[in-house]
Amino acid sequence: MTRRDAWDKVTGRARYASDATAANMACAAVVRADRAHARIVAVDAAEARRAPGVIGVITADDLGDLGRRFGHIVCDHPILAEGKVRYYGEPVAAVVAETHHEAADAADLVWVDYEDLPALTTAAEALAAETLIHEESYAGPERGFLGVKPEAAADNAAHRAELGWGDVDAALAAAAEVVETSARFPLVYGYAMETYNALADWQPGGLHVVSTAQHPLMVRKELARIFSLPLAAVRVEVPYIGGGYGSKSYTKLEPLAAAAAWAVGRPVRVDTDVEGAMHTTRADGAQVTVRTGFDSEGRITGRDIDIVFDTGAYADNSPLVLTKSVNRSFGPYRVPNLRVRGVAVYTNTTPASSYRGFGAPQGALAGELNMDVAAERLGIDPTELRRRNLLPPGGTIISGKRGLDADLAADLDAVAAELERHALPDEPGVRRGRAVAVTASDAGASPISTAQVRMHADGSVTLLTGSTEMGQGSRTALAEIAARELGVPASAVAVGQSDTLYTPFEWTTGASRTTTVVGLAVEAACEDLWRRLRAMAAESAGIGPEEATSRGGSIQAAGADLEPAAVIREWFGADAGEAVGIGVVRGHGETALLPPFWEIGAVGVEVAVDEITGEVAVEHLVTVGDVGRAIEPDLVKGQDLGAATQGLGIALWEEMVYEGEQLTNPNLIEYRVPRFRDAPRRITSLLAERGDGAGPYGAKGAGEGALNPVPAAVAAAVGRAVGVWPTELPLTPARVWALLKSASEAEARAQVATEVQTMPIQAAGGAVPSTVLERPAERTPGPRTARGRPG
Amino acid sequence: MTESSAPTSVVIEFELNGRRVETLAPVRLTAAELLRDRLGLIGTKVSCGIQVCGACTVLVGGEPASSCCLLAVDLDGTEVVTVEGLTRGRELHPVQEAFAAANALQCGYCTPGFVMMTVALLSANPQPDRDAVREWLDGNLCRCTGYAPIETAVMLAAERTAP
Repeated sequence: MTRRDAWDKVTGRARYASDATAANMACAAVVRADRAHARIVAVDAAEARRAPGVIGVITADDLGDLGRRFGHIVCDHPILAEGKVRYYGEPVAAVVAETHHEAADAADLVWVDYEDLPALTTAAEALAAETLIHEESYAGPERGFLGVKPEAAADNAAHRAELGWGDVDAALAAAAEVVETSARFPLVYGYAMETYNALADWQPGGLHVVSTAQHPLMVRKELARIFSLPLAAVRVEVPYIGGGYGSKSYTKLEPLAAAAAWAVGRPVRVDTDVEGAMHTTRADGAQVTVRTGFDSEGRITGRDIDIVFDTGAYADNSPLVLTKSVNRSFGPYRVPNLRVRGVAVYTNTTPASSYRGFGAPQGALAGELNMDVAAERLGIDPTELRRRNLLPPGGTIISGKRGLDADLAADLDAVAAELERHALPDEPGVRRGRAVAVTASDAGASPISTAQVRMHADGSVTLLTGSTEMGQGSRTALAEIAARELGVPASAVAVGQSDTLYTPFEWTTGASRTTTVVGLAVEAACEDLWRRLRAMAAESAGIGPEEATSRGGSIQAAGADLEPAAVIREWFGADAGEAVGIGVVRGHGETALLPPFWEIGAVGVEVAVDEITGEVAVEHLVTVGDVGRAIEPDLVKGQDLGAATQGLGIALWEEMVYEGEQLTNPNLIEYRVPRFRDAPRRITSLLAERGDGAGPYGAKGAGEGALNPVPAAVAAAVGRAVGVWPTELPLTPARVWALLKSASEAEARAQVATEVQTMPIQAAGGAVPSTVLERPAERTPGPRTARGRPG
Repeated sequence: MTESSAPTSVVIEFELNGRRVETLAPVRLTAAELLRDRLGLIGTKVSCGIQVCGACTVLVGGEPASSCCLLAVDLDGTEVVTVEGLTRGRELHPVQEAFAAANALQCGYCTPGFVMMTVALLSANPQPDRDAVREWLDGNLCRCTGYAPIETAVMLAAERTAP
């Protein structure tokens, strides 16, 4: 199988939004705030306006009667800062010039006077502070689809979400063992290699935008509101996307480009570099605390979970990410008593929004690490502990939602077996650790999807969907589904790019929905096309519409067996015309029960920790693509490896670092993503095809699953290797070296404690963290205490 | 309005994908900007902008170079090959073919850079082992694939072009 975009992409012909131009195009540069929280006293753009090539400078004051804010859940995000700035890097003005060099030069000549306000750069600070980042209530006609935050702001919480049942306090009080784990998930940046950009062209009564939007129909809706235009008058065109991973969900630069185009009356491009992109969107950071009660057999009796998100300056999609994190934090286990409390907190940092995994990795880091801590405490093998608690196929994770459509115990056993089979021998100077982790996500794949198939007079087919191709291979997979349903070779199916002027409605391209939800819409469109072809054949043959049948890729009418193309030509009376089928998926019938599928993550890792440097190498990565049916197995494995690799990035290297008000590493030297030489030496990519999904041929979604448990698995494997459970990611060499040092110190104290025959470890002056692993006696020799120290 | 007396543009002449190009290049223009914005060769992509990601890799005098950090004026008198210069008519270069065959791409934004660096690698070392591949390509970032399929593609290309 060769991807249908392969030729375009290896030849350099593939067109992305970053390649889009327009006649008489101008370029905009963004003037960004150089402080985290401040009132805007004055903006002086006079010098910038006089600079060479400058066409105009636009601030919030120049937006006239346009809508001034966007935000599909909470309409809190100004197109350009108005009154105050809420994070370092926030757009304050746009300078439009003939070239991007001239625009960038002039942007340095825009002077902004600020009056500083207290900068709240962590969630803990912001929750404790009296200063409000948003004083306004955003209730009203502009309120987004979750309808959150109807009341005036009382604190810096952007959203709260809770879930629970049973009596958690009683369950934990009665538990044989209660294990508590708290872990910090870093602020990460999705780094799609094509950074956010948009080209907008405005004319009276219409707007045309080319952008990197994963969800063009969502962007269309916000632009239509901002410009008071009918939906049909706003055209959002999305060519190939240079990486999305959720980080290009919803609205980004499109309103700014469109407002600039409107202001100067010319097409305007807005580009970001990596720094600008890191000032546009990141993923929610999190501090998650999990307390789990177990009975003496290792069965979970209750879980009490506290999630605090660092959501940044604007809500964007974080309220939904938080809601999902709450649902995904306690794992696909039997949890008879549950309490999850989540809060997404505004801070004076880059706004957070969707990113691959969507709240699941944040919750799983503490939730799954907690299972490893518990396994060690209870003296039960960690895979066995999970097996004892995993829900069986069909089991209820959350009441009222679809039952678990996966066999997680089988997945996990397969992972554990692969890890064991290739376990590496001991090596001096290296500490090895292995761990597994498992997650199940209620896919946020809202069942609202339409597809159109047009069969031409020669039997070939054009497939139109609003799904965006960002590398996941959706055009390849969807064409394959249409080809199978219509009995034509995949080479006879053309798939267009997403363009709201032509392609039918699609909720989003996210939540791993496309193969399942859009796939069902394509199936339905093909079915509709067959119905249409039967009606055409019946009409041509002069029989009743129900008297024609379709079987084996052809139409039977009045004793004749006709190719679909012949039916079309006969009906039109010429070698011309086409037949069109429309497919619709909505929350009805098969897809009424949500989620449409549970997205599964089941992974294992073996890590090697260098005792001297604290560097972590991933020796073996095992993933299971539990996708029901792999319509394109290579593409599924590609999604799994790509997702898992992003998980490794979060686990080991990636972190946006704020010092004071400022992001200190807004570039790819200091923000380190996985490189070629970081790739695991051994990669085992398994597929589980049990046909248990609601999608075409029993398929379920893939794309996020293999990321979700990876940070937790790496944390557990490193913890096992060094002897101390980590409490924060990424596990940089410095952090791992500190863990090694604290482990050796703890062991030294344990040694002393043992020698003087006094009290158990936990009572040794309270100085030993409860997270220290109790190593078997033969593995705690005296000399170990000196390891990990330089010199 | 301020105006500098220093020349702001220079006429340069170089060979691009086998044909002679003569153009007036502003001195501040990068090679990537010249190729993409003025000459329409959009296959060369810019991502990190600071010579870390390799997406903008082109060959200058047969050597790989990051066109985002190279001034257009420095192309004067050189031979430049971009991803567009690899294809012969309808035929893909063996490296391009191998990337397509091995599914060594997803979003494709890094692909031209990887292809160019692989061409440079195979010209310097026609039969690289896996360590050599990892070393040569460590300066190219891919955010989608997890790299393993790219390693497979490079080995496949080496095999197919073996002398």
